[in-house]
Amino acid sequence: MSDPRRVLICGATSAIASEAARCFAASHDLLFLAARNPDKLSAIADDLRVRGATRVETAVVDLNDTTRHQALIDECAQRLGGIDAVLIAHGTLPDQHACQASFDAAHAELETNFLSVASLLTVAGNYCERQRAGAIAVISSVAGDRGRQSNYVYGAAKGAVSIFLQGLRNRLYPSGVRVITIKPGFVDTPMTAGFAKNFLWADAATVGRGVYRAMSRGSDVAYLPWFWRPIMLLIRLVPERVFKRLRL
Amino acid sequence: MSAHSTRNKYQSWGRYPRAEHEVRFLRWRHEGLSEAESPMLPFGTGRSYGDSCLNDGGVLLDARGLDRLISFDAERGVLACEAGVLLAEILELLVPAGWFLPVSPGTKFVTVGGAIANDVHGKNHHRAGSFGCHVRRLELLRSDGSRRRCSRSENADWFSATIGGLGLTGVIMWAELQLLRVAGPGMDVETIRFANLAGFFQLTGESDAAFAYTVAWVDCASRGRALGRGIFTRSNHSSEDRPGVSAPGGGFAVPIELPVALVGDTVVRTFNAWYYRRPRTRRRRVHYDSFLYPLDRVRNWNRIYGRRGFFQYQCVVGPAGGRDAVAELLSRIATAGGGSFLAVLKVFGSIPSPGLLSFPRPGVTLALDFPNRGAGTTRLLERLDDVVRASGGAVYPAKDARMSAESFRQYFPEWRAFCAYVDPCFSSSFWRRVAS
Repeated sequence: MSDPRRVLICGATSAIASEAARCFAASHDLLFLAARNPDKLSAIADDLRVRGATRVETAVVDLNDTTRHQALIDECAQRLGGIDAVLIAHGTLPDQHACQASFDAAHAELETNFLSVASLLTVAGNYCERQRAGAIAVISSVAGDRGRQSNYVYGAAKGAVSIFLQGLRNRLYPSGVRVITIKPGFVDTPMTAGFAKNFLWADAATVGRGVYRAMSRGSDVAYLPWFWRPIMLLIRLVPERVFKRLRL
Repeated sequence: MSAHSTRNKYQSWGRYPRAEHEVRFLRWRHEGLSEAESPMLPFGTGRSYGDSCLNDGGVLLDARGLDRLISFDAERGVLACEAGVLLAEILELLVPAGWFLPVSPGTKFVTVGGAIANDVHGKNHHRAGSFGCHVRRLELLRSDGSRRRCSRSENADWFSATIGGLGLTGVIMWAELQLLRVAGPGMDVETIRFANLAGFFQLTGESDAAFAYTVAWVDCASRGRALGRGIFTRSNHSSEDRPGVSAPGGGFAVPIELPVALVGDTVVRTFNAWYYRRPRTRRRRVHYDSFLYPLDRVRNWNRIYGRRGFFQYQCVVGPAGGRDAVAELLSRIATAGGGSFLAVLKVFGSIPSPGLLSFPRPGVTLALDFPNRGAGTTRLLERLDDVVRASGGAVYPAKDARMSAESFRQYFPEWRAFCAYVDPCFSSSFWRRVAS
């Protein structure tokens, strides 16, 4: 068995992150969980301790507050004795109509889903670059692969995250730091509870295990489940003059 | 808490009756319930067979999101977990650490909350009592937002109302369970054929002291001198953890609901005759999955009964006069036909069940499936109820979709006392049928 890893999870109370965390716990890793709600955080921390995590530390933090990001990385490194992996999983699913009606709504969504992630990636990237090791994974989305009328504010934020990660991966490659873009498709989580489900939907546990596998292997881009890779390839291939007419 | 309406996913295991619900999801144990216009009912995995897990026209509170473990004392084997945790998840995590469920029903795909709310039992009832006997504490959330910690010493009346309380007293948010020490996943199993009911009672009489688990499969199609013939199985957890005991692999699924039941009388008669005569090893060591949860390997096995679904009938008769009552039940079933492969017989022990509405009680229990063939099937079940009522026994609410209010009230004389603990905003299809 490999040495236990020291893992920072931002947005640790999200369904996908907490399922991925269970996989880390099962392999006896050390975890530092950051999220906004203290009750949810402690429920998840208890669960991970019973499931075998060697250590679970928590921090109650609003990740939209980018001024706290450096302190968060420092606190994690200090309490776990270093950082081997970072998973950034916080996010919201915007109401597209509200975002169309008011830029304030769109602004808030872009702040959470892109700007706060870019800030975290900056400090985490620099930390890993200095130690010349580490893995950084972010939950992006297939929605970022192409803009659609039904959710392009979300798609734009996630697309920006994916491009940011491409650049960061390129920059950190010589330092031996792995950067992993996770692109889930439809996932059955509290965030999507109101949607009608079909065969394309995956449960959070399946996707969480996929996140864990991608981080352990060091994939560059992981579509979860895998079948989204060919689906998104096809969707990207549709010419724009056709795509613009579609109701997607 | 989020809500949406759905038609198909929320059914009971017998796929009869059908019901429509608004579904809300419980995710966090610190959160309360939002108000609802219509009555609410907690829902786990829908493994109850009839309508006790249904709330037609009302709200189901899907509790599978309450799936977190809270604490585990590895010295004493005490596990605290949220109510939506599956028994399967507990086994997967804690058997390697040397702990086992104190009581296992026939499937491991039920939640802890469901196991408590139905006060389920297993093949070790004669030794271990019901599931509720091993619940140390639980937290009950009521629709008025109040929370009660309940145990034998704290809110003891709420504790006994909630164990076996069919989800009607509020939502069980978490529970603390006393687990059982084992050496590993292995079980030593012996199987013995018996020629008739007398043979069963002799075997169970001589086995129950030395074996933690005893149960018999009976050929419900046999009659006359062979009435109640079958195969007796007795087992203990292996005392050493030897390598080589692995979980049965693969399994398969019934992919679709079949248009008609695959289970006709001729098929049953032929299968049972073959199964009864099939040569078998008398002693073997197997993984607990093979012994305790054989049907879990066939996912959605309930679909073999077709679109009309099926009834399961489980009753307990006796203890006084139990032998005669079982003989009478089997003979009525054999005469009518219509029974299925899966008929199970077991003698319950004398450990009192803790719940006001608990089903397990001293006597002999018989369980079997009947494909739903309409009025003929319900008439037969009524005729079985006559025998159960006369013997002072009971029918298991978790498996029932049709018992009369009169029968229920006779089977569960504490029901009136129980009513005082029912949450005013909670109800179920079953409850409206038997209590109103």
